[in-house]
Amino acid sequence: MTAPLLEMRDVGVTYRARGREIPAVRDVNLTVSRGEIVGLAGESGCGKSTLASTILRLQPASAQVTGQVLFEGEDVLTMRWGDLRTLRWAGASIVFQGALHSLNPVHRISRQIGEAITTHQPGLSEQQVTERTGDLLEQVGLPRQRASTYPHQLSGGQKQRVMIAMALACNPSLIVADEPTTALDVMVQAQVLDVLQHLVRELGVGMLIISHDLSVLGDLCDRIVVMYAGRVVEAGPAAAVFGQSLHPYARALSAAFPKVGDPAARFAPAGLPGDPPDPAELPPGCSFAPRCPQALDSCTEAVPLLESYDGGRLAACFRVGEDRETVSLP
Amino acid sequence: MSMVVAGEAPATEVTPRSGGRGKSYPRYVGGKVLGSLGSLAFMLVVNFFLFRVLPGDPARTLGRGRFTTPEQLAEFNRTHGLDQPLVEQFFTFLRNTFTGDLGVSIKYNVPVSELMLDRMWPTLLLVGTSTILSTVIGIWMGIHQAWKRDSFLDRSTTGTALTLYSMPEWWLGLVLIAVFSVGIGPIPGIFPTGGLDSGAVGQSAIEHGLDVAWHLVLPVFTLTLAYLAEYSLIMRASVLDELGEDYLTTARAKGLRDIQVRNNHAVRNAMLPATTVIALNLGFVVSGAITIETVFSIPGLGLLSTEALQTPDYWVLQGTFLFASGAVIFANLAANLLYGLLDPRVRS
Amino acid sequence: MTAPTETPVEAGRLSTRQLSWQRRRQALARGWAEFRRHRSGMVGLGIMVAFVLVALCAPLLASADGLSVTKATGGVLESPSGKFWLGTDESGRSVLTLLIWGSRISLLVGLLATVISMVIGTLIGLLSGYFTGWAGSILYRFTEWFLVIPFLPLAIILATVLGRSLFNIALVIGITTWPSTALLIRSQTLSIKERPYLERARVLGAGRAHQIGRHILPNVMPMVFANTTLTVAAAILSETTLSFLGLGDPTRVSWGTMLDSAYSVGAMTTGSWWFFLPPGLCVVAVVLAFTLIGRALEEVLDPRLRGR
Repeated sequence: MTAPLLEMRDVGVTYRARGREIPAVRDVNLTVSRGEIVGLAGESGCGKSTLASTILRLQPASAQVTGQVLFEGEDVLTMRWGDLRTLRWAGASIVFQGALHSLNPVHRISRQIGEAITTHQPGLSEQQVTERTGDLLEQVGLPRQRASTYPHQLSGGQKQRVMIAMALACNPSLIVADEPTTALDVMVQAQVLDVLQHLVRELGVGMLIISHDLSVLGDLCDRIVVMYAGRVVEAGPAAAVFGQSLHPYARALSAAFPKVGDPAARFAPAGLPGDPPDPAELPPGCSFAPRCPQALDSCTEAVPLLESYDGGRLAACFRVGEDRETVSLP
Repeated sequence: MSMVVAGEAPATEVTPRSGGRGKSYPRYVGGKVLGSLGSLAFMLVVNFFLFRVLPGDPARTLGRGRFTTPEQLAEFNRTHGLDQPLVEQFFTFLRNTFTGDLGVSIKYNVPVSELMLDRMWPTLLLVGTSTILSTVIGIWMGIHQAWKRDSFLDRSTTGTALTLYSMPEWWLGLVLIAVFSVGIGPIPGIFPTGGLDSGAVGQSAIEHGLDVAWHLVLPVFTLTLAYLAEYSLIMRASVLDELGEDYLTTARAKGLRDIQVRNNHAVRNAMLPATTVIALNLGFVVSGAITIETVFSIPGLGLLSTEALQTPDYWVLQGTFLFASGAVIFANLAANLLYGLLDPRVRS
Repeated sequence: MTAPTETPVEAGRLSTRQLSWQRRRQALARGWAEFRRHRSGMVGLGIMVAFVLVALCAPLLASADGLSVTKATGGVLESPSGKFWLGTDESGRSVLTLLIWGSRISLLVGLLATVISMVIGTLIGLLSGYFTGWAGSILYRFTEWFLVIPFLPLAIILATVLGRSLFNIALVIGITTWPSTALLIRSQTLSIKERPYLERARVLGAGRAHQIGRHILPNVMPMVFANTTLTVAAAILSETTLSFLGLGDPTRVSWGTMLDSAYSVGAMTTGSWWFFLPPGLCVVAVVLAFTLIGRALEEVLDPRLRGR
């Protein structure tokens, strides 16, 4: 079996701020294969964007990364600078959250997409670059003329689609989409998700979609990984994680998003009380214990490890083993 | 391979405006020119009222201590039209200003406009050279300080800039004269202590040019240093503001080199607020020119203004004020137009 | 913002006024703790306090007789000696005495000019930010027009026409420096105006004066405070320049007038460094001190500016 496209092994990210060390990501293992859509879910501040930034070594200078981030077998974290620059955008690209600020406000769209193309294919003529830019825009359903506009002249959905087109510019094997539908209204969300799905099916790229909206991931992804306070708390096939979650947090997350068109769900929002813990001051034992409806005293004594369950599922919770058979010991 | 996407939902997708630059820039220019004309008008009103609406009888104020008999006062009032109603005086003032009649210098007995034209080019030379140098070097330094933020280079240059910023530029000139023109102890001075040229006769054009340039070295250096500090601080702050922006992460993710990210993205955006602030500070360059010319005895408009203080030569003061304000208004207009070229968001 | 070290307010035991004052004191304490962490700001504060003390204690440090030309005992432009630590000026007076007493004028005029500038600037800034419609935009245009007028030419004319006195200099500086303050206060006012509690106050029937005085002004004050220190720096620089050009009060000694004398006597050519160096250095020190304090205050108030 060929190596997976992306393999993260025991990745940890720690920020140094004002003399304190803040663990943002701890012991994360994650893989994405070609043609597979993996969803990364969790509330804001759980470390998912930080984790994603390590794929192209874009984490801030104050962050220290441990572990390995293997892209097609090579560790991104220790790659030579020249190889890293080649990898960026041509091997893997990112569709950033909040396209409003992720596009340079004073450059035209043509220039921003063209920049990506010419960086990796300097030999192309201006004509060819313009052609390719136009093709990319059409691929995401935008007319070719949009290339000569500035970002502020586009609507939110159009900007997001430009970001997707730009991410495709160098034919990457992996696309990371960070909150691609946040801040878009529902109709536009549906269109953007449509585009993303087509890309995977037709181009065979691997995709890692980050979102706090589990319902979006449930429809689109093959597998879902749920993070809480920097750790993976559940992973498995999308339908299973969304529909019959093992971890109490994953269960709460999927219940928090009412199904559109279901009146009962609308009138009974099942939110979770409390806030995610401050990464600088994590509670002892299981980080979720303070908010967990099923927490026992014993949950604060040790950190639950990820254990395998049947159906290719993983969960990190002491209370799961009570009603399901563990398949293999850690 | 083309995606088939359901047609753009009309309720959510706004029809974007045309991406062309040509359409809205002229309108932007028009708006800015109108604004400048308004500033000009306001400045003319201020100029007019400065001497006339202040406490005391205008004749006594303007001809302070020089007229003793009532006949002299009446004569003065008549020749200067001060016995007319205020509104009529204002229109006379406007008419005179626009035809170039700015009065006659009390000290030199020469039309003010002629006097000013005579003294204009040393000032332009001094201010022009200093502004170009301080802007270019200051911006360059600010960029490098911000990019290598908190390095030793950054800390020391920022500290030096703050100190220079706290210094009266003319005092810096005095110190430089003492050190480089007069010399310290055994080390002799190499630069002239003042003046525009050595007054030698029979110089060829090139010789004269070099002579003038040599005399301008210290003054230009002083004025440049004074504003370079401020501009580098402004540009540094501007670039620092951009450093946290998301589009820089996008640029890095695309595989661009660090220099490309800095120049094409960060600096390009940082130029916008920097242009505005630098333009607003142009008024102080004019003030700096006045003091530097005084200290170095450069026979320009600045020295003319301070000389006019002694008599006091009111019409000369009024004339130089007009010129200085006009120059600043014009420079601000130029900066605004430049900003319109740099920032596409402002044109739509 | 959580601050675990603050005294919790016991509901029902304090009146609203006492509550808000307690909160203000706590905010002040927090601000001061934050300011203390800025080394440059503390250095500036130290220098400023030192100069203010010198100015206040001038009679104790140097006899006022030293300012009188007729009572001068030294020779012309004597270099520093045991008797005259900083030498003498062209009239035989001790430069050190002049320096000490001059600090009073420089600081006083700077302060007075700042008060004038801040009062006008804050008032116009508040009003042009609060009133939408033609009143507000006229004030705004007025501010912008005034901003464009170059400082020194205007100051020269005003000082010439109004006459040479300390108050007039302060007035001239105040009149020419209020626009930048007004613009700053205006943008602050505009952003505060949008905040929800102001809308609630309006709904509850708060009149304009109440809104401006009780809600907007207290929230604008911190920025005003930071801007004031920077304005003092600019005012002292301006006073020195105007005095150097001979527009100051000829009977009073300030650092600027000292430099004017030094220049007219040709102190640079005779190498009398003790005459033209110390006053300038004092100006640089004081202006730098206020600038550092002002920048540190800005960083305390606006965390986004941190790390400048």
